[in-house]
Amino acid sequence: MTETLPADLTDLYERTILERSRRPRHASRLACFDAHARGDNPMCGDRVDVWVRREAGRIAEIGFEARGCAISIAAADLMAEAAAGLDGAGAMALGERVAELARTGEGEGADLDPLRPLAGVHAFPSRVGCATLAWRALRAALEGSLEVEP
Amino acid sequence: MNVVVAQDLARLREDFPILAEKVHGRPLVFLDSAASAQKPRVVIEAMVEAMEHRYANVHRGLHWMSERATEAYETTRDAVAGLINAPDRHEIVFTRNSTEAINLVAHSYGRGVLRPGQAVVISAMEHHSNIVPWQMLRDERGIELRVAPITDAGELDLAALESLLADGRVGLVSVTHMSNVLGTYVPAARVASLAHRYGAKVLLDGSQAIVHRAVDVQALDADFYVFTGHKLYGPTGIGVLWARRALLEAMPPFLGGGDMIASVTYERSTWADIPHKFEAGTPAIVEAIGLKAAIGYVRAVGYGAIAAHEAALTEHALASLAAIEGVSVLGRAQDRGGVVSFTMDCAHAHDIATLLDRQGIAVRAGHHCAEPLMHRLGVDSTARASFALYTTSEEIDVLAAGIRRVREFFA
Repeated sequence: MTETLPADLTDLYERTILERSRRPRHASRLACFDAHARGDNPMCGDRVDVWVRREAGRIAEIGFEARGCAISIAAADLMAEAAAGLDGAGAMALGERVAELARTGEGEGADLDPLRPLAGVHAFPSRVGCATLAWRALRAALEGSLEVEP
Repeated sequence: MNVVVAQDLARLREDFPILAEKVHGRPLVFLDSAASAQKPRVVIEAMVEAMEHRYANVHRGLHWMSERATEAYETTRDAVAGLINAPDRHEIVFTRNSTEAINLVAHSYGRGVLRPGQAVVISAMEHHSNIVPWQMLRDERGIELRVAPITDAGELDLAALESLLADGRVGLVSVTHMSNVLGTYVPAARVASLAHRYGAKVLLDGSQAIVHRAVDVQALDADFYVFTGHKLYGPTGIGVLWARRALLEAMPPFLGGGDMIASVTYERSTWADIPHKFEAGTPAIVEAIGLKAAIGYVRAVGYGAIAAHEAALTEHALASLAAIEGVSVLGRAQDRGGVVSFTMDCAHAHDIATLLDRQGIAVRAGHHCAEPLMHRLGVDSTARASFALYTTSEEIDVLAAGIRRVREFFA
Protein backbone atom coordinates (compact mmCIF):
# COMPACT_ATOMS: atom_id res chain seq x y z
CA MET A 1 0.00 0.00 0.00
CA THR A 2 1.36 3.39 -0.99
CA GLU A 3 0.40 5.16 2.21
CA THR A 4 -0.20 3.85 5.71
CA LEU A 5 -3.79 3.69 6.76
CA PRO A 6 -4.81 5.52 9.94
CA ALA A 7 -4.21 3.46 13.08
CA ASP A 8 -7.90 3.42 14.07
CA LEU A 9 -8.70 1.83 10.73
CA THR A 10 -6.16 -0.94 11.17
CA ASP A 11 -7.55 -1.40 14.68
CA LEU A 12 -11.05 -1.75 13.28
CA TYR A 13 -10.02 -4.17 10.61
CA GLU A 14 -7.38 -5.96 12.64
CA ARG A 15 -6.09 -9.28 11.41
CA THR A 16 -8.58 -11.52 13.21
CA ILE A 17 -11.51 -9.49 11.94
CA LEU A 18 -10.35 -9.68 8.36
CA GLU A 19 -9.60 -13.39 8.60
CA ARG A 20 -12.90 -14.22 10.25
CA SER A 21 -14.88 -12.16 7.78
CA ARG A 22 -13.19 -13.84 4.82
CA ARG A 23 -13.28 -17.35 6.20
CA PRO A 24 -15.81 -17.62 9.00
CA ARG A 25 -15.71 -20.97 10.78
CA HIS A 26 -19.29 -21.14 11.99
CA ALA A 27 -21.21 -19.63 9.09
CA SER A 28 -23.78 -22.32 8.55
CA ARG A 29 -27.24 -23.20 9.70
CA LEU A 30 -27.25 -26.00 12.28
CA ALA A 31 -29.00 -29.20 11.21
CA CYS A 32 -30.28 -29.70 14.77
CA PHE A 33 -31.04 -26.69 16.88
CA ASP A 34 -33.09 -25.65 19.88
CA ALA A 35 -33.36 -21.95 19.21
CA HIS A 36 -33.16 -19.58 16.29
CA ALA A 37 -33.52 -15.85 15.88
CA ARG A 38 -32.83 -13.22 13.27
CA GLY A 39 -31.14 -9.91 13.93
CA ASP A 40 -31.82 -7.06 11.54
CA ASN A 41 -30.20 -3.70 11.42
CA PRO A 42 -32.82 -1.67 9.59
CA MET A 43 -30.49 1.29 9.22
CA CYS A 44 -28.04 -0.55 7.01
CA GLY A 45 -29.81 -3.75 5.97
CA ASP A 46 -27.41 -6.11 7.75
CA ARG A 47 -28.99 -9.38 8.78
CA VAL A 48 -27.73 -12.25 10.93
CA ASP A 49 -29.57 -15.51 11.56
CA VAL A 50 -28.34 -17.39 14.61
CA TRP A 51 -29.04 -21.03 15.45
CA VAL A 52 -28.31 -22.47 18.86
CA ARG A 53 -28.07 -26.11 19.97
CA ARG A 54 -28.12 -26.72 23.69
CA GLU A 55 -27.00 -29.64 25.79
CA ALA A 56 -27.71 -29.96 29.50
CA GLY A 57 -28.73 -26.32 29.78
CA ARG A 58 -25.62 -24.99 28.11
CA ILE A 59 -24.92 -23.76 24.61
CA ALA A 60 -23.31 -26.65 22.78
CA GLU A 61 -23.03 -25.09 19.35
CA ILE A 62 -23.87 -21.92 17.45
CA GLY A 63 -24.17 -21.51 13.71
CA PHE A 64 -25.04 -18.37 11.79
CA GLU A 65 -25.80 -16.99 8.38
CA ALA A 66 -25.03 -13.35 7.82
CA ARG A 67 -25.31 -10.84 5.09
CA GLY A 68 -23.43 -7.76 6.00
CA CYS A 69 -20.10 -6.12 6.46
CA ALA A 70 -16.80 -7.60 7.59
CA ILE A 71 -17.40 -6.50 11.17
CA SER A 72 -20.82 -8.09 11.50
CA ILE A 73 -19.64 -11.40 10.03
CA ALA A 74 -16.45 -11.55 12.12
CA ALA A 75 -18.40 -10.59 15.25
CA ALA A 76 -20.88 -13.41 14.65
CA ASP A 77 -18.09 -15.89 14.09
CA LEU A 78 -16.24 -14.88 17.25
CA MET A 79 -19.51 -15.01 19.18
CA ALA A 80 -20.14 -18.60 18.08
CA GLU A 81 -16.97 -19.64 19.90
CA ALA A 82 -17.16 -17.31 22.86
CA ALA A 83 -20.73 -18.26 23.80
CA ALA A 84 -20.25 -22.01 23.43
CA GLY A 85 -20.21 -23.72 26.81
CA LEU A 86 -22.09 -20.95 28.56
CA ASP A 87 -25.61 -21.16 29.91
CA GLY A 88 -28.21 -18.69 28.70
CA ALA A 89 -27.62 -16.15 31.48
CA GLY A 90 -23.87 -16.36 31.02
CA ALA A 91 -24.13 -15.80 27.27
CA MET A 92 -26.39 -12.80 27.73
CA ALA A 93 -24.05 -11.33 30.34
CA LEU A 94 -21.10 -11.80 28.02
CA GLY A 95 -23.11 -10.15 25.25
CA GLU A 96 -23.59 -7.09 27.45
CA ARG A 97 -19.86 -6.88 28.04
CA VAL A 98 -19.14 -7.22 24.32
CA ALA A 99 -21.50 -4.33 23.70
CA GLU A 100 -19.59 -2.32 26.28
CA LEU A 101 -16.29 -3.31 24.68
CA ALA A 102 -17.59 -2.18 21.29
CA ARG A 103 -18.86 1.13 22.68
CA THR A 104 -15.83 2.02 24.80
CA GLY A 105 -12.98 -0.15 23.56
CA GLU A 106 -12.51 -1.40 27.11
CA GLY A 107 -13.52 -4.36 29.20
CA GLU A 108 -12.06 -6.56 31.93
CA GLY A 109 -11.77 -10.31 31.99
CA ALA A 110 -9.90 -13.12 30.30
CA ASP A 111 -13.11 -14.38 28.71
CA LEU A 112 -13.22 -11.17 26.68
CA ASP A 113 -9.74 -11.74 25.27
CA PRO A 114 -10.83 -13.66 22.16
CA LEU A 115 -13.34 -10.87 21.50
CA ARG A 116 -10.91 -7.96 21.87
CA PRO A 117 -10.37 -7.68 18.12
CA LEU A 118 -13.82 -6.02 18.16
CA ALA A 119 -12.59 -3.23 20.45
CA GLY A 120 -11.46 -1.12 17.50
CA VAL A 121 -15.10 -0.54 16.61
CA HIS A 122 -15.44 1.98 19.43
CA ALA A 123 -13.72 4.64 17.31
CA PHE A 124 -16.46 4.23 14.68
CA PRO A 125 -19.79 4.99 16.36
CA SER A 126 -21.80 4.14 13.26
CA ARG A 127 -20.28 0.65 13.23
CA VAL A 128 -20.86 -0.36 16.85
CA GLY A 129 -24.17 -1.93 15.85
CA CYS A 130 -22.31 -4.20 13.40
CA ALA A 131 -20.34 -5.72 16.27
CA THR A 132 -23.40 -6.30 18.45
CA LEU A 133 -25.96 -7.46 15.90
CA ALA A 134 -25.16 -11.18 16.27
CA TRP A 135 -25.22 -10.89 20.06
CA ARG A 136 -28.64 -9.26 19.90
CA ALA A 137 -29.84 -12.13 17.72
CA LEU A 138 -28.38 -14.65 20.17
CA ARG A 139 -30.19 -12.98 23.05
CA ALA A 140 -33.46 -13.13 21.11
CA ALA A 141 -32.88 -16.80 20.32
CA LEU A 142 -32.11 -17.65 23.94
CA GLU A 143 -35.07 -15.69 25.25
CA GLY A 144 -37.31 -17.39 22.73
CA SER A 145 -36.01 -20.83 23.61
CA LEU A 146 -36.42 -20.17 27.33
CA GLU A 147 -40.07 -19.48 26.73
CA VAL A 148 -40.73 -22.84 25.14
CA GLU A 149 -38.89 -24.81 27.77
CA PRO A 150 -41.04 -26.83 30.15
CA MET B 1 -21.21 24.48 -21.68
CA ASN B 2 -19.41 23.05 -18.72
CA VAL B 3 -16.48 25.37 -19.42
CA VAL B 4 -18.43 28.05 -17.57
CA VAL B 5 -18.56 25.98 -14.43
CA ALA B 6 -15.13 24.43 -14.89
CA GLN B 7 -13.41 27.78 -15.05
CA ASP B 8 -15.38 29.13 -12.15
CA LEU B 9 -15.39 25.95 -10.11
CA ALA B 10 -12.74 27.02 -7.61
CA ARG B 11 -14.53 30.31 -7.01
CA LEU B 12 -17.88 28.57 -6.85
CA ARG B 13 -16.59 26.11 -4.25
CA GLU B 14 -15.68 29.07 -2.09
CA ASP B 15 -19.40 29.79 -1.90
CA PHE B 16 -19.73 26.62 0.21
CA PRO B 17 -17.91 27.21 3.51
CA ILE B 18 -18.03 23.56 4.53
CA LEU B 19 -15.96 22.47 1.55
CA ALA B 20 -12.90 23.98 3.24
CA GLU B 21 -13.28 21.57 6.16
CA LYS B 22 -10.92 18.69 6.73
CA VAL B 23 -12.10 15.25 7.76
CA HIS B 24 -9.68 12.88 9.48
CA GLY B 25 -6.97 15.38 8.61
CA ARG B 26 -7.73 15.24 4.91
CA PRO B 27 -9.58 17.62 2.62
CA LEU B 28 -13.27 16.77 2.60
CA VAL B 29 -14.32 14.99 -0.59
CA PHE B 30 -18.07 15.19 -0.27
CA LEU B 31 -19.74 12.69 -2.59
CA ASP B 32 -23.01 12.32 -0.69
CA SER B 33 -24.94 15.26 -2.06
CA ALA B 34 -27.83 13.07 -3.19
CA ALA B 35 -28.58 12.47 0.49
CA SER B 36 -28.32 16.15 1.29
CA ALA B 37 -26.41 18.89 -0.46
CA GLN B 38 -24.09 21.39 1.19
CA LYS B 39 -25.24 24.97 1.56
CA PRO B 40 -23.85 28.04 -0.18
CA ARG B 41 -23.13 31.08 1.94
CA VAL B 42 -26.05 33.00 0.40
CA VAL B 43 -28.46 30.48 1.89
CA ILE B 44 -26.85 30.58 5.31
CA GLU B 45 -26.74 34.37 5.27
CA ALA B 46 -30.32 34.76 4.08
CA MET B 47 -31.52 32.69 7.02
CA VAL B 48 -29.35 34.49 9.55
CA GLU B 49 -30.37 37.84 8.11
CA ALA B 50 -34.04 36.94 8.40
CA MET B 51 -33.66 35.92 12.04
CA GLU B 52 -31.56 38.95 12.91
CA HIS B 53 -33.56 41.60 11.12
CA ARG B 54 -36.93 40.55 9.72
CA TYR B 55 -38.48 37.81 11.79
CA ALA B 56 -42.01 37.34 13.13
CA ASN B 57 -44.81 34.90 12.48
CA VAL B 58 -46.42 35.11 9.05
CA HIS B 59 -49.97 35.77 7.82
CA ARG B 60 -51.31 37.17 11.08
CA GLY B 61 -49.45 40.03 12.67
CA LEU B 62 -50.63 43.49 11.76
CA HIS B 63 -47.19 44.84 12.38
CA TRP B 64 -44.14 45.70 10.37
CA MET B 65 -42.08 42.65 11.30
CA SER B 66 -44.83 40.20 10.45
CA GLU B 67 -45.48 41.96 7.17
CA ARG B 68 -41.80 41.71 6.22
CA ALA B 69 -41.59 38.04 7.23
CA THR B 70 -44.79 37.27 5.32
CA GLU B 71 -43.44 39.05 2.28
CA ALA B 72 -40.18 37.07 2.41
CA TYR B 73 -42.01 33.79 2.98
CA GLU B 74 -44.52 34.40 0.20
CA THR B 75 -41.95 35.50 -2.36
CA THR B 76 -40.41 32.03 -2.01
CA ARG B 77 -43.66 30.76 -3.50
CA ASP B 78 -43.04 32.94 -6.52
CA ALA B 79 -39.45 31.74 -6.73
CA VAL B 80 -40.59 28.12 -6.68
CA ALA B 81 -43.30 28.78 -9.26
CA GLY B 82 -40.67 30.37 -11.47
CA LEU B 83 -38.24 27.51 -10.91
CA ILE B 84 -40.64 24.81 -12.12
CA ASN B 85 -42.67 27.02 -14.47
CA ALA B 86 -45.88 26.55 -12.52
CA PRO B 87 -48.68 28.55 -14.13
CA ASP B 88 -50.04 29.79 -10.80
CA ARG B 89 -48.20 30.63 -7.57
CA HIS B 90 -51.17 29.38 -5.54
CA GLU B 91 -50.38 25.89 -6.76
CA ILE B 92 -47.18 25.86 -4.66
CA VAL B 93 -47.70 24.18 -1.28
CA PHE B 94 -44.90 24.18 1.26
CA THR B 95 -44.27 20.97 3.15
CA ARG B 96 -41.45 19.74 5.36
CA ASN B 97 -39.86 17.66 2.61
CA SER B 98 -40.69 15.41 -0.35
CA THR B 99 -41.84 12.65 1.97
CA GLU B 100 -44.44 14.90 3.55
CA ALA B 101 -45.49 16.16 0.12
CA ILE B 102 -46.14 12.60 -1.08
CA ASN B 103 -47.94 11.79 2.15
CA LEU B 104 -50.08 14.87 1.63
CA VAL B 105 -51.08 13.61 -1.82
CA ALA B 106 -51.65 10.07 -0.53
CA HIS B 107 -53.81 11.44 2.25
CA SER B 108 -55.76 14.15 0.49
CA TYR B 109 -55.91 12.91 -3.08
CA GLY B 110 -55.68 9.24 -2.18
CA ARG B 111 -58.35 9.31 0.49
CA GLY B 112 -60.38 12.25 -0.79
CA VAL B 113 -60.48 11.71 -4.54
CA LEU B 114 -59.42 8.15 -5.41
CA ARG B 115 -62.05 5.47 -4.84
CA PRO B 116 -61.68 1.90 -3.57
CA GLY B 117 -61.06 -0.34 -6.54
CA GLN B 118 -58.84 2.20 -8.22
CA ALA B 119 -55.09 1.63 -8.36
CA VAL B 120 -51.88 3.57 -7.86
CA VAL B 121 -48.84 2.66 -9.94
CA ILE B 122 -45.31 3.19 -8.68
CA SER B 123 -42.07 1.97 -10.25
CA ALA B 124 -39.59 -0.65 -9.10
CA MET B 125 -37.00 2.03 -8.37
CA GLU B 126 -38.78 4.17 -5.83
CA HIS B 127 -37.49 5.57 -2.58
CA HIS B 128 -39.40 4.28 0.45
CA SER B 129 -41.07 7.69 0.61
CA ASN B 130 -42.89 6.87 -2.62
CA ILE B 131 -43.78 3.33 -1.56
CA VAL B 132 -44.91 3.35 2.04
CA PRO B 133 -47.56 6.13 1.83
CA TRP B 134 -49.26 4.16 -0.97
CA GLN B 135 -49.07 0.91 0.98
CA MET B 136 -50.76 2.66 3.87
CA LEU B 137 -53.42 3.95 1.50
CA ARG B 138 -53.87 0.48 0.01
CA ASP B 139 -54.29 -1.16 3.40
CA GLU B 140 -56.68 1.48 4.66
CA ARG B 141 -58.77 2.23 1.59
CA GLY B 142 -58.62 -0.84 -0.62
CA ILE B 143 -56.73 0.98 -3.31
CA GLU B 144 -54.58 -1.39 -5.29
CA LEU B 145 -50.84 -0.80 -5.51
CA ARG B 146 -49.16 -1.81 -8.74
CA VAL B 147 -45.43 -1.78 -9.44
CA ALA B 148 -44.11 -1.02 -12.89
CA PRO B 149 -40.94 -3.04 -13.47
CA ILE B 150 -37.58 -1.76 -14.58
CA THR B 151 -35.33 -3.31 -17.19
CA ASP B 152 -31.97 -4.86 -16.37
CA ALA B 153 -30.39 -1.62 -17.54
CA GLY B 154 -32.28 0.15 -14.77
CA GLU B 155 -34.78 1.98 -16.96
CA LEU B 156 -38.51 2.14 -16.47
CA ASP B 157 -40.19 -0.50 -18.63
CA LEU B 158 -42.69 1.67 -20.47
CA ALA B 159 -44.40 -1.22 -22.23
CA ALA B 160 -45.00 -2.91 -18.90
CA LEU B 161 -46.22 0.37 -17.45
CA GLU B 162 -48.72 0.67 -20.27
CA SER B 163 -50.02 -2.83 -19.63
CA LEU B 164 -50.56 -1.90 -15.97
CA LEU B 165 -52.59 1.08 -17.12
CA ALA B 166 -54.61 -0.80 -19.71
CA ASP B 167 -57.63 -1.69 -17.58
CA GLY B 168 -58.33 1.99 -16.93
CA ARG B 169 -58.52 1.51 -13.17
CA VAL B 170 -55.34 3.39 -12.36
CA GLY B 171 -56.03 6.76 -10.79
CA LEU B 172 -52.45 7.84 -10.22
CA VAL B 173 -48.98 7.02 -11.49
CA SER B 174 -46.45 8.09 -8.88
CA VAL B 175 -42.85 7.69 -10.00
CA THR B 176 -39.44 9.13 -9.38
CA HIS B 177 -38.17 11.64 -11.92
CA MET B 178 -34.61 10.43 -11.22
CA SER B 179 -33.57 7.36 -9.25
CA ASN B 180 -31.58 8.07 -6.09
CA VAL B 181 -29.80 4.73 -6.52
CA LEU B 182 -29.29 4.22 -10.24
CA GLY B 183 -29.22 7.82 -11.39
CA THR B 184 -31.75 6.91 -14.08
CA TYR B 185 -33.86 9.73 -15.46
CA VAL B 186 -37.39 8.60 -16.05
CA PRO B 187 -38.85 9.93 -19.32
CA ALA B 188 -41.39 11.91 -17.35
CA ALA B 189 -43.22 13.50 -20.26
CA ARG B 190 -43.76 10.10 -21.86
CA VAL B 191 -44.94 8.65 -18.57
CA ALA B 192 -47.39 11.53 -18.19
CA SER B 193 -48.67 11.11 -21.73
CA LEU B 194 -49.16 7.36 -21.19
CA ALA B 195 -50.90 7.89 -17.87
CA HIS B 196 -53.19 10.55 -19.27
CA ARG B 197 -54.11 8.33 -22.20
CA TYR B 198 -55.56 5.87 -19.67
CA GLY B 199 -57.16 8.45 -17.46
CA ALA B 200 -54.55 8.50 -14.66
CA LYS B 201 -52.87 11.48 -13.05
CA VAL B 202 -49.10 11.67 -12.64
CA LEU B 203 -47.00 12.50 -9.64
CA LEU B 204 -43.28 12.99 -10.18
CA ASP B 205 -40.88 12.75 -7.26
CA GLY B 206 -38.32 15.34 -8.26
CA SER B 207 -36.16 15.10 -5.13
CA GLN B 208 -33.12 14.16 -7.20
CA ALA B 209 -34.05 15.41 -10.65
CA ILE B 210 -34.55 19.07 -9.84
CA VAL B 211 -31.06 19.30 -8.40
CA HIS B 212 -29.47 18.52 -11.72
CA ARG B 213 -31.79 19.67 -14.49
CA ALA B 214 -34.33 22.36 -15.17
CA VAL B 215 -37.87 21.17 -14.50
CA ASP B 216 -40.87 22.54 -16.35
CA VAL B 217 -44.05 21.01 -14.97
CA GLN B 218 -46.09 22.33 -17.89
CA ALA B 219 -43.74 20.89 -20.51
CA LEU B 220 -43.75 17.58 -18.62
CA ASP B 221 -47.54 17.77 -18.42
CA ALA B 222 -47.30 16.59 -14.81
CA ASP B 223 -50.20 16.74 -12.36
CA PHE B 224 -48.17 16.68 -9.13
CA TYR B 225 -44.48 17.46 -8.65
CA VAL B 226 -42.65 17.22 -5.33
CA PHE B 227 -39.15 18.10 -4.21
CA THR B 228 -37.22 18.95 -1.08
CA GLY B 229 -35.16 22.00 -0.25
CA HIS B 230 -32.17 20.40 1.40
CA LYS B 231 -31.06 18.47 -1.66
CA LEU B 232 -31.30 21.65 -3.74
CA TYR B 233 -28.63 23.42 -1.63
CA GLY B 234 -31.31 24.79 0.66
CA PRO B 235 -32.11 24.11 4.30
CA THR B 236 -33.79 21.06 5.77
CA GLY B 237 -37.41 21.32 6.88
CA ILE B 238 -38.82 22.85 3.72
CA GLY B 239 -40.23 20.93 0.78
CA VAL B 240 -42.60 21.62 -2.04
CA LEU B 241 -45.73 20.12 -3.51
CA TRP B 242 -46.88 21.54 -6.79
CA ALA B 243 -50.21 20.38 -8.18
CA ARG B 244 -52.68 21.67 -10.69
CA ARG B 245 -55.13 24.12 -9.15
CA ALA B 246 -58.18 21.98 -9.91
CA LEU B 247 -56.62 19.01 -8.14
CA LEU B 248 -55.66 20.99 -5.06
CA GLU B 249 -59.12 22.51 -4.90
CA ALA B 250 -60.76 19.09 -5.10
CA MET B 251 -58.56 17.67 -2.35
CA PRO B 252 -59.54 17.85 1.32
CA PRO B 253 -57.00 19.32 3.74
CA PHE B 254 -54.13 17.21 5.08
CA LEU B 255 -53.47 18.64 8.54
CA GLY B 256 -55.93 20.78 10.46
CA GLY B 257 -55.06 23.80 12.55
CA GLY B 258 -54.24 27.44 12.33
CA ASP B 259 -53.57 29.22 9.04
CA MET B 260 -55.53 26.67 6.97
CA ILE B 261 -59.04 27.78 7.85
CA ALA B 262 -61.44 30.43 6.64
CA SER B 263 -63.57 30.27 9.79
CA VAL B 264 -63.92 28.01 12.80
CA THR B 265 -66.90 27.35 15.04
CA TYR B 266 -67.46 24.31 17.22
CA GLU B 267 -70.03 23.11 14.71
CA ARG B 268 -67.85 23.36 11.61
CA SER B 269 -64.85 24.93 10.03
CA THR B 270 -64.29 26.07 6.50
CA TRP B 271 -61.03 25.93 4.68
CA ALA B 272 -58.80 28.65 3.44
CA ASP B 273 -58.12 28.88 -0.26
CA ILE B 274 -55.17 27.04 -1.74
CA PRO B 275 -52.32 26.87 -0.95
CA HIS B 276 -53.04 27.81 2.67
CA LYS B 277 -55.61 25.04 2.99
CA PHE B 278 -52.62 22.68 3.03
CA GLU B 279 -50.32 24.71 5.27
CA ALA B 280 -51.61 24.23 8.78
CA GLY B 281 -49.69 25.77 11.63
CA THR B 282 -46.72 28.07 11.64
CA PRO B 283 -44.69 27.12 8.57
CA ALA B 284 -40.92 26.83 8.17
CA ILE B 285 -40.52 30.56 7.69
CA VAL B 286 -36.76 30.87 7.92
CA GLU B 287 -36.27 27.70 5.91
CA ALA B 288 -38.53 29.02 3.15
CA ILE B 289 -36.39 32.15 3.02
CA GLY B 290 -33.32 29.91 2.76
CA LEU B 291 -34.94 27.93 -0.05
CA LYS B 292 -35.53 31.10 -2.01
CA ALA B 293 -31.85 31.96 -1.70
CA ALA B 294 -30.94 28.44 -2.84
CA ILE B 295 -33.17 28.72 -5.88
CA GLY B 296 -31.61 32.05 -6.70
CA TYR B 297 -28.17 30.51 -6.39
CA VAL B 298 -28.94 27.53 -8.62
CA ARG B 299 -30.51 29.72 -11.26
CA ALA B 300 -27.53 32.09 -11.18
CA VAL B 301 -25.13 29.21 -11.79
CA GLY B 302 -27.57 27.95 -14.40
CA TYR B 303 -29.05 24.52 -15.01
CA GLY B 304 -27.34 24.30 -18.39
CA ALA B 305 -23.92 24.66 -16.78
CA ILE B 306 -24.81 22.37 -13.87
CA ALA B 307 -26.14 19.62 -16.12
CA ALA B 308 -23.14 19.76 -18.43
CA HIS B 309 -20.67 19.80 -15.56
CA GLU B 310 -22.33 16.86 -13.81
CA ALA B 311 -22.65 14.88 -17.05
CA ALA B 312 -18.89 15.19 -17.52
CA LEU B 313 -18.27 14.16 -13.90
CA THR B 314 -20.57 11.16 -14.23
CA GLU B 315 -18.91 10.03 -17.43
CA HIS B 316 -15.51 10.38 -15.75
CA ALA B 317 -16.70 8.46 -12.70
CA LEU B 318 -18.20 5.63 -14.74
CA ALA B 319 -14.99 5.28 -16.75
CA SER B 320 -12.81 5.43 -13.62
CA LEU B 321 -14.82 2.81 -11.77
CA ALA B 322 -15.02 0.54 -14.81
CA ALA B 323 -11.23 0.45 -14.82
CA ILE B 324 -11.04 -1.00 -11.31
CA GLU B 325 -11.19 -4.78 -11.06
CA GLY B 326 -13.94 -6.16 -8.90
CA VAL B 327 -16.09 -3.02 -9.01
CA SER B 328 -19.60 -3.30 -10.44
CA VAL B 329 -21.70 -0.25 -11.19
CA LEU B 330 -25.44 -0.75 -10.92
CA GLY B 331 -27.61 0.44 -13.75
CA ARG B 332 -26.66 1.56 -17.21
CA ALA B 333 -29.49 3.81 -18.21
CA GLN B 334 -29.05 5.85 -21.36
CA ASP B 335 -30.26 8.97 -19.63
CA ARG B 336 -28.69 9.27 -16.21
CA GLY B 337 -27.66 11.88 -13.67
CA GLY B 338 -24.81 12.26 -11.24
CA VAL B 339 -25.48 9.31 -8.94
CA VAL B 340 -23.32 6.21 -9.19
CA SER B 341 -24.02 3.12 -7.08
CA PHE B 342 -21.49 0.34 -6.98
CA THR B 343 -20.52 -2.85 -5.22
CA MET B 344 -17.14 -4.55 -4.86
CA ASP B 345 -16.46 -8.26 -4.94
CA CYS B 346 -14.06 -8.05 -1.99
CA ALA B 347 -15.83 -5.68 0.38
CA HIS B 348 -19.28 -4.93 1.73
CA ALA B 349 -20.65 -1.44 1.10
CA HIS B 350 -20.22 -0.43 4.75
CA ASP B 351 -16.62 -1.49 4.78
CA ILE B 352 -16.07 0.46 1.57
CA ALA B 353 -17.68 3.53 3.12
CA THR B 354 -15.63 3.29 6.31
CA LEU B 355 -12.35 2.97 4.44
CA LEU B 356 -13.25 5.83 2.14
CA ASP B 357 -14.33 7.95 5.09
CA ARG B 358 -10.95 7.58 6.70
CA GLN B 359 -9.51 8.99 3.48
CA GLY B 360 -11.77 12.02 3.77
CA ILE B 361 -14.26 10.75 1.19
CA ALA B 362 -17.95 10.82 2.13
CA VAL B 363 -20.12 8.32 0.27
CA ARG B 364 -23.36 6.71 1.28
CA ALA B 365 -23.62 2.98 1.90
CA GLY B 366 -26.69 0.88 2.51
CA HIS B 367 -30.00 0.29 0.84
CA HIS B 368 -30.57 4.01 0.16
CA CYS B 369 -34.16 3.80 1.40
CA ALA B 370 -34.92 1.60 -1.60
CA GLU B 371 -35.01 -1.97 -0.28
CA PRO B 372 -37.33 -3.34 -2.98
CA LEU B 373 -34.96 -1.99 -5.62
CA MET B 374 -32.03 -3.69 -3.85
CA HIS B 375 -33.95 -6.98 -4.11
CA ARG B 376 -34.62 -6.35 -7.78
CA LEU B 377 -30.91 -5.73 -8.36
CA GLY B 378 -29.97 -8.79 -6.32
CA VAL B 379 -27.87 -6.91 -3.76
CA ASP B 380 -28.27 -6.11 -0.07
CA SER B 381 -26.61 -2.76 -0.20
CA THR B 382 -24.45 -0.58 -2.38
CA ALA B 383 -21.98 2.22 -1.98
CA ARG B 384 -23.09 5.39 -3.70
CA ALA B 385 -21.15 8.39 -4.87
CA SER B 386 -23.26 11.37 -5.87
CA PHE B 387 -22.22 14.60 -7.47
CA ALA B 388 -23.20 18.22 -7.15
CA LEU B 389 -22.38 21.46 -8.88
CA TYR B 390 -19.35 21.84 -6.59
CA THR B 391 -17.89 18.38 -7.26
CA THR B 392 -14.58 18.36 -9.10
CA SER B 393 -13.04 15.92 -11.51
CA GLU B 394 -10.08 15.63 -9.11
CA GLU B 395 -12.47 14.43 -6.41
CA ILE B 396 -13.54 11.59 -8.70
CA ASP B 397 -9.85 10.71 -9.05
CA VAL B 398 -9.50 10.71 -5.26
CA LEU B 399 -12.53 8.41 -5.09
CA ALA B 400 -11.04 6.03 -7.65
CA ALA B 401 -7.74 5.97 -5.77
CA GLY B 402 -9.64 5.40 -2.54
CA ILE B 403 -11.52 2.46 -4.04
CA ARG B 404 -8.24 0.96 -5.21
CA ARG B 405 -7.00 1.13 -1.63
CA VAL B 406 -10.18 -0.59 -0.43
CA ARG B 407 -9.38 -3.33 -2.88
CA GLU B 408 -5.77 -3.63 -1.73
CA PHE B 409 -6.99 -3.80 1.85
CA PHE B 410 -9.73 -6.39 1.49
CA ALA B 411 -8.76 -8.44 -1.55
